[in-house]
Amino acid sequence: MALDNTPKRVFKVVGTRPPRPDGIDKVTGRALYGADVSAPGMLTAHILRSPHAHAEIVSIDTSAAEALSGVKAVVTAKDFAPQDDDFLMDVLDNCMARDKVLYDGHAVVAVAATNSAIAKAALKLIKVTYKALPHVTDVDAAMTLDAPVVQEGRSLETVPEGMSQNVTSHCEFGHGDLDAGFQKADVVVERSFTTAATHQGYIEPHACLASMTADGKADLWCCTQGQYNVRDLCSAALGMEGSQLRVTASEIGGGFGGKTTVFIEPVALALSRKAGRPVKIVMSRDEVFRATGPTVSSSIDVKIGMTRDGRITAGEAHLRYSGGAFPCGTVDMGAQAAFAAYDLQAVRTLGYNALTNRPKEAAYRAPGAPQAIYAVESVVDELCQQLGLDPLEVRLKNAARKGTRSSYGPTFEDIGLVATLEAAKAHPHYSAPLAEGQGRGLSAGFWFNFGGNTCVTLNVNTDGTVGVTEGNPDIGGSRAAISQMAAEELGIPYDKIRTIIADTSALGHNDVTDGSRVTFSVGLATIKAAQDAIAKMCSRAAQIWGIDEEAVVWKDGAAEPAGPNAGKFPPMSLAEIAAVSFNTGGPIAGHHEFNADGAGVSFGVHLVDVEVDKETGATKVLRYTVFQDAGKAVHPSYVEGQMQGGAVQGIGWALNEEYIYGEDGRLQNPGFLDYRVPVASDLPPIETVILEIPNPGHPYGVRGVGETPIVPPLAALSNAVSRAIGTRMSSLPMSPPRILKALSKG
Amino acid sequence: MVAVTIWGSLRRFTDGKSPVDVDATNFKELLDRLSEEYPGLKPQIERGVSLALDGRIYREAWFTKIGPDSEVILMPYMAGG
Repeated sequence: MALDNTPKRVFKVVGTRPPRPDGIDKVTGRALYGADVSAPGMLTAHILRSPHAHAEIVSIDTSAAEALSGVKAVVTAKDFAPQDDDFLMDVLDNCMARDKVLYDGHAVVAVAATNSAIAKAALKLIKVTYKALPHVTDVDAAMTLDAPVVQEGRSLETVPEGMSQNVTSHCEFGHGDLDAGFQKADVVVERSFTTAATHQGYIEPHACLASMTADGKADLWCCTQGQYNVRDLCSAALGMEGSQLRVTASEIGGGFGGKTTVFIEPVALALSRKAGRPVKIVMSRDEVFRATGPTVSSSIDVKIGMTRDGRITAGEAHLRYSGGAFPCGTVDMGAQAAFAAYDLQAVRTLGYNALTNRPKEAAYRAPGAPQAIYAVESVVDELCQQLGLDPLEVRLKNAARKGTRSSYGPTFEDIGLVATLEAAKAHPHYSAPLAEGQGRGLSAGFWFNFGGNTCVTLNVNTDGTVGVTEGNPDIGGSRAAISQMAAEELGIPYDKIRTIIADTSALGHNDVTDGSRVTFSVGLATIKAAQDAIAKMCSRAAQIWGIDEEAVVWKDGAAEPAGPNAGKFPPMSLAEIAAVSFNTGGPIAGHHEFNADGAGVSFGVHLVDVEVDKETGATKVLRYTVFQDAGKAVHPSYVEGQMQGGAVQGIGWALNEEYIYGEDGRLQNPGFLDYRVPVASDLPPIETVILEIPNPGHPYGVRGVGETPIVPPLAALSNAVSRAIGTRMSSLPMSPPRILKALSKG
Repeated sequence: MVAVTIWGSLRRFTDGKSPVDVDATNFKELLDRLSEEYPGLKPQIERGVSLALDGRIYREAWFTKIGPDSEVILMPYMAGG
């Protein structure tokens, strides 16, 4: 998409806070989530999962299960079409193990029966013979040459020779002379960090209903961040043509990146094909933890040099990520994002991904960036402590700005980092006094933001209302934001517009709801679709007035003659033009499809105060403030919600959340009792400060806001805790036992 | 000719050179020329790459025009959450 340099305008609807269109349905329980859809004759399915971290599947005997009364279909990996494409094959192998089970919880067999109890009973009758294999769950251990090999032959050509077969990819970014940079430094700090794998923690488990008929047509209802992606993956897995599979996205109870792929959907379709009846699968929480996407676990070394006055002279990071048992490119993003907040003459990042016997990684808000930036921002904070410098002033001194050559290559356009740092510096939080035993932490954060393939239709109804049809599930308020942008462009009230999410047969392809792309991309397509409809309405008015189309302009929701020479006609409103549309050429609609670019990168700064109980190791978050550049906040309440939600998830990641594996390679805490996400009583109010530095790639200046807020909390919390206890923390989560251990070492 | 900056781990496929000069006026020509002149880059290009043009990142846009003085950076294909 070409850069849109439309001048900034005075907004009437954008920037206001209208009621959310899904609000009543959600608070009254009427909203339909993935598990809420049923069909006549529906079967219920359950999945048998591996009890081993790593094992060869010697044999599977399903005969007894199939003989059980009420069992209607059983499927294994043999029921899916083999794929030539490695990416598709990995997705499918993760849905159903083929020759080996690669992690505890890996799916092996699925059974559909007339009710849940029969399906569960049938699972107990299945005999799977395994040959257990050695396993590895730690990323550093997996990279050693004597580590068990999770999958053979998966290393890309980028991996240096002589490394473990578990290393699947390698990347390197940066510029400048590192040695010369470090020589200019007065102080150099080197430190190693680890971060645990964490789960996206969405409240709604994965759920779907599949119905395939004897003629090969199928419908699938599911909770997902991208129905088109589900259609493409499932139709490939089932060997179907895409047009024969219609996917409808339900309301979604959280995704955060974890619902950008498939786990149970191809399985339900395969069972339905075999049984000839609709099949429903709803994952348990145990299954969600064991078999759906956590984020990567990481091990990171960082070295940074700084002069006495706070100038960073060089920065280097070595990142080792594991995306579980399948190749994963998330380390590429971490390696690019690590030093993005800084204007550096010498910087280098090296990244490696290693296979481990863990579930296949799925994206989690700003995938790869929180871990890398946690490590870098921790070392910057330590340097500030050693040199007695103000951490905010040091960040301002080194901040990337327009014209900076970024650490990952491109030169930045207009960015909002300095504005967010200045806002933090001026905020009362930064100068508020701290009591004994309390600590204040600060971190900057960054995310790229994307655009992507997008398709929108805008229908002008004869009663003067408007329907917008878009193809991205609403995971953060996009229906409201899209309606606002349509209202703004058309010049009609917000409540005259209703935005709905199309199924895959009703609208052209839309990329997954990810990359903080929807308000930017779908909003821009909506604006263009509205302009398309406006052009048609101006044409209809010109016909009615008997003047040239070029002599009509659109202003405040109505067509007007462009000037005195165009004739004297009173304005015709959208409603008036729509009312006679059948007489002037038929229905009026606007449409736009494109591959949106120009999303504009995003920066944020977080401030946090904590108090650590040195007897128990528990950390209490006392005060938290988020500063973020939103470009233009279309619906500020939703933007604040994104900022607060990201901060809360980051607090959980920093303080408690982690995948804990036993010696046997099995996950020890697959439930919210033992995998502890923050609850309301753990948290102070999260204050938000929205900055608006317009994105030059969007006519309203919009930037994505959904991912950046999860990036800074990890380092902000670690810096606060480290300052509170007087010991530098270098491993996440900073759970009470880890803090007590750090305190005991002094 | 367009100067294309290659990220570090791919430079062993460009004889250590970065930037490399290629004769291209849009992204498709640029990727085709890179694959022809540096065959070691072809697997990565086929798996997917992004391109940054004058500071703006493009994931798929074959016919985006490139000026002779444009800053062009080859980047991994981006994914988000």
